[in-house]
Amino acid sequence: MSIEWKSWKELPIGKIIPEPATTLKFKTGSWRALRPVLNEDKCIRCLLCWIHCPEPAIIRLEDDLVKIDYDYCKGCGICANVCPVHAIEMKMEGE
Amino acid sequence: MKGKRVGLNGDTAVAFAAKQANVDVVSAYPITPQTIIVETLAKYINNGELDAAFIPVESEHSALSAAVGASLAGARVFTATASQGLALMYEILWIAAGMRTTIVMALGNRAFSPNINIHCSHDDAYAARDTGWIQFFAENVQEAYDLTLQAFKVSEDHRVLFPSIINLDGFILTHSLEGLYVLDDKTVEEFLPPKKPYNPIDPEAPKTYGPLDLYDWYMEHKKLQDYHFNNNVPPVIKEVFEEYAEISGRRYTPVKTMGVEDADIGIMILGSSAGSVRHVVRQLREKGKKVGVISLTQYRPFPKKELVEAVKNLQVLAVMDRSISFGSPGAQLYMDVASTLYNAKHRPLLFNVIYGLGGRDLTPVHIEGVVEKAEEVLKKGEVEEEQIWVGLKE
Repeated sequence: MSIEWKSWKELPIGKIIPEPATTLKFKTGSWRALRPVLNEDKCIRCLLCWIHCPEPAIIRLEDDLVKIDYDYCKGCGICANVCPVHAIEMKMEGE
Repeated sequence: MKGKRVGLNGDTAVAFAAKQANVDVVSAYPITPQTIIVETLAKYINNGELDAAFIPVESEHSALSAAVGASLAGARVFTATASQGLALMYEILWIAAGMRTTIVMALGNRAFSPNINIHCSHDDAYAARDTGWIQFFAENVQEAYDLTLQAFKVSEDHRVLFPSIINLDGFILTHSLEGLYVLDDKTVEEFLPPKKPYNPIDPEAPKTYGPLDLYDWYMEHKKLQDYHFNNNVPPVIKEVFEEYAEISGRRYTPVKTMGVEDADIGIMILGSSAGSVRHVVRQLREKGKKVGVISLTQYRPFPKKELVEAVKNLQVLAVMDRSISFGSPGAQLYMDVASTLYNAKHRPLLFNVIYGLGGRDLTPVHIEGVVEKAEEVLKKGEVEEEQIWVGLKE
């Protein structure tokens, strides 16, 4: 990314973002209070968490196992809630 | 005076100016007292006299929203509204300015409800004062025409990139037929060549307009906008006024003064009433009274330096407002003037006069009454009553 502003004097006129796809730079994972932790042994690869994640911060792997993208996961807990086998547990950040 | 002498009312004169400016998009909703503007432009477009897209929207909120999109896409955009219509545009006013559109809007100044009133107050102009729009006040139909043309030039300048409002008093100017000089199309075209868009919407170079902007950069964006508005706009307005004087023979200044150099008492006022005040003051000056008049053509950005200069010899200044600001330390222009002068080396005693709400006439007798009040203040050396109302059934 080329955007590296330090002062208001460097900002582009009109509050525009002059290049696309900059939301990737916005790491919303820092908002998280609770952290989803996946127990791969319990996971049945149903992908319900992958479908329901609003971010999407559940990454689907080749064998339909999933991985959580902590850069963007806001810790909403929907994945843990929809998991039919309780393979995802919400743990306090820092624990 | 250069140009052809014609007879037009304020609305038609503004619409004619927008036609000569060769606008690309008209996005507007009819509301009294500016309806004639929208009707006239619709007629021009329908007749083929103006090659523009007319967007017949369902409300003022949509009118301004469509105007924002069109302006960012690179079009020269015109709209018009009044009173409640402006109130309905309110959230988009901030967006139009913050996203640095170059929309020009005519505002047929009309009182806010309640009670329903279609006549002149400056409530709507004042309601837009914080939004980041450049604002001009026309004193007569000639000025409404001239300022509309000049507003496009100011707004579209790449040092500016802010939308403009031209205020013209509802009915008093919008519907009054006056003689005025209009420029020929070719002169206007040379003065106002097609708009050069700045960072327009372009599928080849995608950009995000109006993105989420939280505690990390929101404050810096506001600072930049404020800095450009205060520092870049006034010099460009002066340049455009100068250039327009050359082609039209009509010279505009941000602040208009009469007699303030040798006057003890000043009256400050906006809009069409400035002419009435000047007429009365001229008569009083013939009788030897030392009175002067100050009116603003440029209302936003507020011309602080010019005002400080204009009042430097005055002992008393009556600031006249055609609106009220409930619970505030004074009405809107009064607050601007008081805060501008607070840190000035010389500041006259100030009092606020409320007049003309909802189209109530301001008569010569009222103006003489204001001068008498100012003479009392001058004699006593203090302001006992900070706000008075004139023309009120007591």
